Amino acid sequence: MAGWLGEQEWMAVALSLRVAFWATLLSLPVGLATAYVLARKSFPGKQIVNGLVHLPLILPPVVTGYLLLLTFGTKGPIGGALEQVGIVLAFRWTGAALAAAVMAFPLMVRAMRLSLEAVDPKLEEAAATLGASRFWVFVTVTLPLVLPGILAGAVLAFAKAMGEFGATITFVSNIPGQTQTLPSAVYAFLQVPGGESAAMRLVIVSIVIAMSALILSEWLARRLARRAGGA
Amino acid sequence: MTLSVSLRHRLGEFLLDARFEAPEGVTVLFGRSGSGKTTIANAVAGLIRPDHARIAVNDRVLCDSEAGAWLPPSRRRLGYIFQEGRLFPHLTVRQNLRYGAWFAPRGVRRENLARVVELLGIGGLLDRRPVALSGGEKQRVAIGRALLSAPDLLIADEPLAALDEARKAEILPYFERLRDEVSVPILYVSHAPTEVARLATTVVVLQDGKTVRQGSAADIFGDPQLRPTGVRAVGAVLEAQVVAHHDDGLTELDAGGASLLLPRVPQAVGQSLRIRIPGQDVILSRSAPEGLSALNSLRGTITGIRAGDGPGAVVSIETAAGTVLARVTRRSAQALDLGVGVECYAIIKTLAIAPEDIGGPLPHV
Repeated sequence: MAGWLGEQEWMAVALSLRVAFWATLLSLPVGLATAYVLARKSFPGKQIVNGLVHLPLILPPVVTGYLLLLTFGTKGPIGGALEQVGIVLAFRWTGAALAAAVMAFPLMVRAMRLSLEAVDPKLEEAAATLGASRFWVFVTVTLPLVLPGILAGAVLAFAKAMGEFGATITFVSNIPGQTQTLPSAVYAFLQVPGGESAAMRLVIVSIVIAMSALILSEWLARRLARRAGGA
Repeated sequence: MTLSVSLRHRLGEFLLDARFEAPEGVTVLFGRSGSGKTTIANAVAGLIRPDHARIAVNDRVLCDSEAGAWLPPSRRRLGYIFQEGRLFPHLTVRQNLRYGAWFAPRGVRRENLARVVELLGIGGLLDRRPVALSGGEKQRVAIGRALLSAPDLLIADEPLAALDEARKAEILPYFERLRDEVSVPILYVSHAPTEVARLATTVVVLQDGKTVRQGSAADIFGDPQLRPTGVRAVGAVLEAQVVAHHDDGLTELDAGGASLLLPRVPQAVGQSLRIRIPGQDVILSRSAPEGLSALNSLRGTITGIRAGDGPGAVVSIETAAGTVLARVTRRSAQALDLGVGVECYAIIKTLAIAPEDIGGPLPHV
């Protein structure tokens, strides 16, 4: 693989996988908590929270990237504080992961929320009467029943994170080996004469990764559905 | 063991104001739909929080709004059998059955899995998932699951209502076995007189959210004054013993010295059972019946006549088999010159006694 791909291309692929992996993994618990609150709780300002979660889906990605730069940049309110404890996000791969996570978040929450809303609260009541505390009800009943939704959300988020371009390039720029993700690399290769073949190789890699993720998730979803007896 | 309930709860226009004590055995909360039965069951289980309530099992207070005491459902140790079973679809039958036992505190007396499986006849289902079970099988597993959570009390909320007649007939005997073979008391919500007559040790009658009467099944259903579900539901509950099974498909019973013929029952010779005889299926005659196709005729003395709002009246007749109730029109009551102290014959058509009205014996507690 590394022989077929040039060094810069290989770095872009590896970086994109790393960015998408961490973006997905770290947003899973936050996404699940957000989806749970949106699916089950009613509180004043719920529509505002819902709107904020969905904002990255509607805003132009460049705007989201710029807002990230303003807040998480080294001079931003959060970025400045993080710099004090040695965490720098702007122009680093960690920043690319944050941008990908923010952009993928609405898709993840939507998938999880839908499957949470499909869980019959009467089953959770039944578990409670059998002695399960709220924590155990969640772990033994709710979580297994929403697992297909969590999986779907994770795959969507991973795919979105792999393809994120606008917010990433605005927030962390396009530095080969540091912040140049796969889409940024394709873009960069297309800007230079003779870059088409490198760009085409990356396009093929993109398609392979996307198809593999899709097939894997389909297979897992079918296994889970069989485990739940189709119910 | 006693469950004592006293609660007031407002749901929009509806005011629930219930107060009762449930002793050992099966206590049936009986009333029309909308009378507040399920709300009471849910309050006992902790699934709803009543406005004002004191609910206790023995000395264990589950909820006392005065004292601010409140146990969440998970700590009440009550087994709830829901109308729709509510089995966990992602677990096998065996895992469903073990679910409650896993959370039960150590050291409490608990039922043995093998015994419960045998009692409910679900040995062949253990490795299946709920989706592969019939309605009746699901409900049997749900009973087992509740029983195995080592509960102080079982709550069953119309557990047969979602089943067809055949499935009901399949499940009812299991509740009878539960009552007779397992020491856990049961709070059973129902609006079906048949179920009440067969299962109840105690009946609590609810009307428009109020508890109007509490007593034994025979008392409640034999009391024409009480018309919890309308006169149609009135019927006597008699106890009898199987004398013989005849070749023509009939079973001969002995009820306090009087002989009764019934369509073949599954009980063996010598076993006792209880029969509900709906008042509308009893005909009265002043003279000993002759040339009549009905096989059962009980001689007795009228102890009461109560006219309803409509054209009907309910006549209580004291016979050797117990008190039998007959629903007749007021017109025929007058034509026959029926009155308290008059001797007459209660005639019961053999086939009028439905199989679901025949059950195991009333437990003596």
